[in-house]
Amino acid sequence: MDMSVPRASGPRLKLVVVGNGMAGMRTLEELLKAAPGLYDVTVFGDEPHPNYNRIMLSPVLAGEQTIEQIVLNSRDWYAENGITLFAGKKVVKIDRRARCVEADDGTRAPYDRLLLATGSKPFILPVPGADLPGVIGFRDIADVDVMIRAASQYRHAVVIGGGLLGLEAANGLKLRGMDVTVVHIGAWLLERQLDEPAARLLQKSLEEKGLRFLLQTHTAELVRADTGRVGAVKFKDGGTIPADLVVMAVGIRPNTELAESAGLHCHRGVVVNDTMQTFDPRIYAVGECVNHRGVAYGLVAPLFEQAKVCANHLAEHGVARYQGSMTSTKLKVTGIDLFSAGDFAGAEGTETLVFSDAAAGSYKKLVLKDNRLVGACLYGDTLDGAWYFDLLREGTDVSQFRKTLLFGQHHVGDSGHGPAERVAALPDTAEICGCNGVKKGDIVGAICSKKLFTLDEVRAHTKASASCGSCTGLVEALLAHTVGGDYSAAPSKKPLCGCTDHSHDEVRAAIVAQQLKTLPEVMRHLDWKTADGCSKCRPALNYYLLCAWPTEYRDDAQSRYINERAHGNIQKDGTFSVVPRMWGGLTNPKELRAIADVAEKFKVPEMKVTGGQRIDLFGVKKEDLPAMWADLSAAGFVSGHAYGKALRTVKTCVGSQWCRFGTQDSTGLGVKLEKMTWGSWMPHKFKLAVSGCPRNCAEATIKDFGVVCVDSGYELHVGGNGGIKVRVTDLLCKVETEAEVLEYCAAFTQLYREEAHYLERTAPWVERVGLAHVKAKVVVDAANRKALAERFRISQQTAQIDPWKARAEGEARHEFTPITALV
Amino acid sequence: MKMNENWIPIGRLDDIPRQGARVVVTSAGDIAVFRTADDEVFALADRCPHKGGPLSQGIVHGKRVACPLHDWKINLDTGLAAAPDEGCAARYPVRVADGQVSLSLMPEQGCPGR
Ligand code: SRM
Ligand SMILES: Cc1cc2nc3c(=O)[nH]c(=O)nc-3n(C[C@H](O)[C@H](O)[C@H](O)COP(=O)(O)OP(=O)(O)OC[C@H]3O[C@@H](n4cnc5c(N)ncnc54)[C@H](O)[C@@H]3O)c2cc1C
Ligand code: SF4
Ligand code: FES
Repeated sequence: MDMSVPRASGPRLKLVVVGNGMAGMRTLEELLKAAPGLYDVTVFGDEPHPNYNRIMLSPVLAGEQTIEQIVLNSRDWYAENGITLFAGKKVVKIDRRARCVEADDGTRAPYDRLLLATGSKPFILPVPGADLPGVIGFRDIADVDVMIRAASQYRHAVVIGGGLLGLEAANGLKLRGMDVTVVHIGAWLLERQLDEPAARLLQKSLEEKGLRFLLQTHTAELVRADTGRVGAVKFKDGGTIPADLVVMAVGIRPNTELAESAGLHCHRGVVVNDTMQTFDPRIYAVGECVNHRGVAYGLVAPLFEQAKVCANHLAEHGVARYQGSMTSTKLKVTGIDLFSAGDFAGAEGTETLVFSDAAAGSYKKLVLKDNRLVGACLYGDTLDGAWYFDLLREGTDVSQFRKTLLFGQHHVGDSGHGPAERVAALPDTAEICGCNGVKKGDIVGAICSKKLFTLDEVRAHTKASASCGSCTGLVEALLAHTVGGDYSAAPSKKPLCGCTDHSHDEVRAAIVAQQLKTLPEVMRHLDWKTADGCSKCRPALNYYLLCAWPTEYRDDAQSRYINERAHGNIQKDGTFSVVPRMWGGLTNPKELRAIADVAEKFKVPEMKVTGGQRIDLFGVKKEDLPAMWADLSAAGFVSGHAYGKALRTVKTCVGSQWCRFGTQDSTGLGVKLEKMTWGSWMPHKFKLAVSGCPRNCAEATIKDFGVVCVDSGYELHVGGNGGIKVRVTDLLCKVETEAEVLEYCAAFTQLYREEAHYLERTAPWVERVGLAHVKAKVVVDAANRKALAERFRISQQTAQIDPWKARAEGEARHEFTPITALV
Repeated sequence: MKMNENWIPIGRLDDIPRQGARVVVTSAGDIAVFRTADDEVFALADRCPHKGGPLSQGIVHGKRVACPLHDWKINLDTGLAAAPDEGCAARYPVRVADGQVSLSLMPEQGCPGR
């Protein structure tokens, strides 16, 4: 067959889409991303609306949302993307030879490629009276309009079908004030999703909402009232109930009418292969109208996967394959949490774990086969649904935690955390939004990298929670966990200071992206409003530049606070304090003697042992600093940076050298850590500690980076803070060797250096970006960890030059001497 | 301007870092001599009107210095603390000629207190 089509250089290809619904428009969105401008696109839609979120018709019916809120692609979207939309026109003919479609009003459109996305139709029971006014399906906006109007005029509604759709219709009509009876042929509700005990719990809570149920009841006839409208439903057993409105929700049938009329092979759907092509290679099909490997899906998640694959082929990338989907379902009735996935009926060779607390309205059933989860049905508490679904799809061997499997993920290996921590504990691969196949890692990644603060932003960027919305709670918990605190009170962007409109993050990003390497360059490029900044932005910019370009940037002393310019801590009387570094708090007689000599020689008025395990010399005159440093330097001391936004101290305990409880050489490790990190400039001060056992004498769990030694290795803790607001560290991870401690420490330090705002300590930073983010960058992604550690190592090459020695040798002499003395 | 100003050479302009200051030690106390980014020179008593912090140690930006102790901003040209703070550091006449900086030890009028 001749498949040659005009290339991009010639006239553009013509793509015609039949069906302006969820699968078709998702395919177009994916296509526009993959190959913008490849096609002239024309869309035909039977409904007079732009594409809307059909899933949300249930909340619209329930009065929880409006039609305007559920529009997915506004008319502007079609216009902006150059798409011709024929809304309200039904395609009635495909001329495959002429490659042209024709609508019911005669509109014709030629195509090079054609996409069928005609969805499905509600199945209407073939009983007498099924065509009466007042008998409808539940499929589109028109149906919802009919239901809302009926609810305002009539009293009795009957919903035929106790599946997901039927229950959502019944719930909505009830909320609209009607008397609702659900007629169901099965022995219990949702028999395709739930087992009997769970269904009973569900039925009970729906009855409490005022719904009535007739189970195992067969409809025989819909009886016409005098008005000409439907008036009653008659059953096979002879009973009759009044009905002013009958909603048929007994199933859907793929809408293949058009495809069949064009001679395309159809069998319970338009048959497609793994590239979403029909038997005519120019014609693709996606969505509910499709039969793929014998399955016609009725949920959006698989359809969106199909859309992606189809777009890949329309874009002529030609690599994607659709291989079928595993689906899970939830019920969108407010106040009712229900989740089911896989095969929960418990076939042969399976074992069943059941947890049931009828009083609390909670039921869980897990079906295992060969120690792998094959089915799950949750009612009441569904927070772990995503986790189970993950285990199910991955085929994870659960024998290790089988005993606690029923109690959910938060019981595996960890305890004592609140519910918000449960989403935090999910692996990055856990699927949060089933509709759009969005994984936890995608959401967290987008939140972090795109600085998302609101549910709407997350929806816009990841599509998570943008479809049926039943994962909204999970997404919100993730937001709260990732951005911390009150995520919805989206801080409108906060400028770094009054000299600019840009935020810290924007400035940092611009420095790297635009290769800005000096302060004046930054200010010029970012339109600083003042000529040379202020005491707030200049130190921040100086730090950002030196962090971004460690080997190139020439530090701007005039943009440093006096302590860092003079390398001492300024005191209330203008004198300075001197704190030499004592590695890990270790000292010896020679060092102590040298410090004593210096103190006497320079008449130091006061000495003190600091809270950081070293000695402070107070009240030193600025002019004396270089000479004093010369002596200290000669005795082997370097600056302790007790004055800087820098690595301060590494506090250690006695450890295994001497202590009867010590498990590892905490002192030795502390010294190694200090040798690695000293001299580094930071967004704020940075403190380390190493304790030799969980008694934690070095207080490692309130440090920026703390190590608690245990028999089997080292626990690494991060984000702790003493000081103004005490914050206990979060456990980052556990490692086994000293080498790992050093690598993780370097990586964590560098991540903080690269990401925190100037003057933000690790505690607020971790709370802002979320521990999950830190773990992802430092623990999970080993390559990233190594890259971070390597960047830290490189920046240390230029940072570990003792500022005291340099100044003792004459650097920045002007800083320490008056320009002139007129006395 | 008073006529009896007694100009004392204190050093070269290049001895003072741009956006920085140097101290002139006098028997009446230290005087801070500032140099702005565009080479304007100002002299103030090196005592912050707040709690006497050494202004010479502060960060100079625009025509202001941020006191190192509690971050008051002092205007270099007037000696006045920027609102909302109130106070004033004494100003000294200073001039630059051929790269040579000269100072008068007679404080300018207009600053109550010292
Ligand atoms: C000397 C020392 C007190 C002592 O005599 O022991 C000290 C002295 C000062 N601390 Fe501290 N801190 C000292 C250990 C601590 C500790 C204890 C520790 O590190 O284990 C803490 C709580 C732990 C922590 O930081 O998480 C501590 C929390 C603070 C804070 C609050 C920080 C916070 O994030 O909330 C400040 C204020 C600040 O940094 O903005 C501060 C600020 C200061 C300053 C630098 C105030 C200043 O800017 O002038 C003090 C200098 C006094 C002076 O005149 O020189 N100091 N400071 C300790 C020096 C340790 C060292 O060897 O380097
Ligand atoms: C009330 C309700 C609640 C739902 N809840 C969920 C849920 O919670 N989770 C979930 O995953 N799924 C849910 N679904 C299912 C989901 O909405 C569908 O799977 C999805 O919309 C199917 O997408 P589609 O593009 O294949 O079909 P549709 O979205 O139906 O789009 C097909 C479009 O093609 C048009 N069309 C058909 N033939 C022609 C023609 N010849 N010419 C022009 N236009 C034509 C139709 O008018 C329709 O607009 C729900 C469905 C309903 C009705
Ligand atoms: S932390 Fe443990 S090992 Fe270290 S000193 Fe304290 S008790 Fe001893
Ligand atoms: S002494 Fe200058 S601000 Fe307090």
